[in-house]
Amino acid sequence: MISLNELLILAAILFGLGVAGIIINRKNIIILLMSLELLLLAVNTNFIAFSYFLKNEIGQIFVFFVLTVAAAEAAIGLAIMMVMYRRQGSIEIEKLDTLKG
Amino acid sequence: MILKIIFYIFATLAVGSAMMVVTARNPVRSVLSLVLTFFSMAGIWMLMSAEFLSLILLLVYVGAVMTLFLFVVMMLNVDTVGKREGFTRYLPFSILVIVVLLGLMIVAFGSKFMSLPMPASPEADYSNISQLGAVLYTQYAYPFEIAGVLLLAAIVAAISLSHRAPRKRKVQSVSEQLSVRREDRVRLVKMSISTPLEKKNDLS
Repeated sequence: MISLNELLILAAILFGLGVAGIIINRKNIIILLMSLELLLLAVNTNFIAFSYFLKNEIGQIFVFFVLTVAAAEAAIGLAIMMVMYRRQGSIEIEKLDTLKG
Repeated sequence: MILKIIFYIFATLAVGSAMMVVTARNPVRSVLSLVLTFFSMAGIWMLMSAEFLSLILLLVYVGAVMTLFLFVVMMLNVDTVGKREGFTRYLPFSILVIVVLLGLMIVAFGSKFMSLPMPASPEADYSNISQLGAVLYTQYAYPFEIAGVLLLAAIVAAISLSHRAPRKRKVQSVSEQLSVRREDRVRLVKMSISTPLEKKNDLS
């Protein structure tokens, strides 16, 4: 029997790995986008686990919308990255200082 | 018991490949390990009787989004050597983040949800897709439409961002055609009428 606890801990490990990926990677923006996908996957797993154990389908509906938004985010993020690569010749995060923020 | 074994196999696969995503030197390798993570999490979602979302994860994520990632990684010329700069500097901090998150999770959910019983397996005629559809198309019809509009906006944004103006294609430029003047196109050449005849005379 799988307990809810194990699922939540698995999701927490995945979320932590995603955050760690964002912290570690100071160079490659593709790895950053993939870490974001990892975070969303962990959150979706939490939703599905609670939806299963509380016998409520609304959580799965929410996961559906999160997947939609995540797909849109990935597409637009990759398009922005392509434009950046075309203008600067690299996709390093440290070179993103044009705005001087 | 067998469910637990399957769950642990998928969970170790997911955690190991997620670690590979973060630490891999080569971006292509980390994209492929993210695909493996999605596969194993789809298996776990399937165990939790979320069949529709599990298959959507496989079809949409592994089939479309990760392929897009792979295309972009292979299209861009990313140097793999300089990627690791600062890896060891930030490693302790990121391990600290993982430990704090995990400890928070374990403390927060220590005993309260442990006692939550696993739901009985559904009846033979239970269909996850029809259940989801019954809620999605009635109660959540309006958010569903908004999600469709959001996808349309994402399509328009992605295309308009990455579309380049045509360079070597033979396309019609209407504004250029309309703004043309007579002097650009017509060249008047003055010739005396007798010239060809004189040449003929010279030849003979």
